[in-house]
Amino acid sequence: MGTAIFGSIEAGAIYALMALGVYLSFRILDFPDLTVDGSFVTGGAVAAVLIVGGTDPFVATVAAMGAGFLAGCVTGLLHTKGKINPLLSGILMMIALYSINLRIMGKSNIPLLSEETVISKLTAFWQGLGIDQALTFFGFVPKTWGILILMLILAFIVKILIDWFLKTDLGLAIRATGNNETMIRSFSADTDTLKILGLGLANALVALSGSLIAQYNGFSDVGMGIGMIVIGLASVIIGEAIFGAKTIIRATLAVVGGAILYRIIVTLALRVEFLETGDMKLITALIVVFALILPKVLDKQRERQRKKKRMLQARKNEYDKRGENLASIKTDS
Amino acid sequence: MLQLKQIHKVFNEGTPDEKMALQQMDLHLKPGDFMTVIGSNGAGKSTLMNIISGKMMPDLGEIIIDGKNVSAVKENKRSKLIGRVFQDPMAGTAPAMTIEENLAIAYTRTKSRGLQKGVSKNRKVIFQEKLEMLHLGLENRLHAKVGLLSGGERQALSLLMATFTEPKILLLDEHTAALDPSRAELITQLTKEIVEKYQLTTLMVTHNMQQAIDLGNRLIMMDKGQMIFQADEEAKQHLTVEKLLLEFQQIRGEKMNSDKAVLI
Repeated sequence: MGTAIFGSIEAGAIYALMALGVYLSFRILDFPDLTVDGSFVTGGAVAAVLIVGGTDPFVATVAAMGAGFLAGCVTGLLHTKGKINPLLSGILMMIALYSINLRIMGKSNIPLLSEETVISKLTAFWQGLGIDQALTFFGFVPKTWGILILMLILAFIVKILIDWFLKTDLGLAIRATGNNETMIRSFSADTDTLKILGLGLANALVALSGSLIAQYNGFSDVGMGIGMIVIGLASVIIGEAIFGAKTIIRATLAVVGGAILYRIIVTLALRVEFLETGDMKLITALIVVFALILPKVLDKQRERQRKKKRMLQARKNEYDKRGENLASIKTDS
Repeated sequence: MLQLKQIHKVFNEGTPDEKMALQQMDLHLKPGDFMTVIGSNGAGKSTLMNIISGKMMPDLGEIIIDGKNVSAVKENKRSKLIGRVFQDPMAGTAPAMTIEENLAIAYTRTKSRGLQKGVSKNRKVIFQEKLEMLHLGLENRLHAKVGLLSGGERQALSLLMATFTEPKILLLDEHTAALDPSRAELITQLTKEIVEKYQLTTLMVTHNMQQAIDLGNRLIMMDKGQMIFQADEEAKQHLTVEKLLLEFQQIRGEKMNSDKAVLI
């Protein structure tokens, strides 16, 4: 049990990068970007091919981000210059990327288990520090704490960078593009460029996440991106529902939390006897549905209770007044 | 400052729905001119605004702002020179962003937007100073999301934002029409103050004839895509709503038929 939860937090921290990308496109740009299913694999594919080819894994990971950035830019171009509907441009790019990813990899699966990866390098670095020995008092001993802690740190660094970026002049313009396009156009912003840039950045994060997941799992597979957008949405929505999204800083924190929470929920769900690994997509869909509906139901309930309270209060006031009136009548007589 | 030469715009050309939106529109505003534009629905007022702002391109003719021919300049580039306030109070601000963030966007209109902080300490001081001009207490609510403001407050903020960088041209597109009378009065007052303070060259479309007469130093009346009446500074001082209506009747040989156009 402990190992399973531990693993889900580890993976959650890596998937959090993808979720932050989805947050950028979905929430900030208000663009439901389905490119994610493809660009996630593109990240894994580029990193895997380069690593197998002998490139330094860190360089390969950065290259994966670049590839994701380009993919996002193409979606943006399709939408802004080609005037294609946002959903459709994402879908087109996703389908196109499937073939492109196969071309990049040359086959449908590249194993990385015997390769030197970012994950193996980081593990080695961490074990050199000797912190693992100090953390044995937790009762259960994972292989290493390194990946969990370093990936959480990475997720937080990216979160802080996003927070900072969205407060810069450029970031403000991107947010306004997603919020009120008429307005930002009247303030001399080129919304086309801003959208392309925003989608590029979002998909760069998704590809970064994909490349790390490939290295973490020890393989890159052409099918590993299926349903990724829904997982990203699930993370964003769960996070916002539980941790709140009043400010950007809070929202990005919520997204990271949501991504980890999602992994934990799925892990727990898969421990239920009659559920199988293949049910995971169904579970994901159900989680998203619940996360979407539940806050509304709760709001309604709260509203109903407030109403009830107000009514009771009103009745009580009336009662008190009647009492006063009676009292005054009595004193009159 | 603003010059329109022989502007033509046709919608749905070559179909039964063909409509002449603007015909031979000539306009010349000197620096500091404040021109009000009236006319019934479909007179071409909004098209005029859209053509000046670059949202629409004219079929024929030239637009010259501050001596430069901007006919081929795209909307977003052109809006460096032009401030706009829309009829819809929701259109001029970003609701999910705070007051200070909205102001930062307005502040960077003429700059290139990079990675510097949007709301710096220096800028905040400027924002507060400017907000005080509105007398709405918004200077104390810099962190409030604009979506929480009332329509009147949002429109006041839009007006401030549009004029923040003292644009060459200010376009006001029925910017008080969606507000209740007292709020509309407030915005009208603010408009007057701000335009006078910065000596902005302004073009204001309105359905309200009284407002059109009260504000600005020049007035034009449009109908069916043409300018049918124009009053210069001298003539405008003696204008009344009755005179305007009479004028329309004489020119067109019919009564002005839009209820909205006679709203006072």
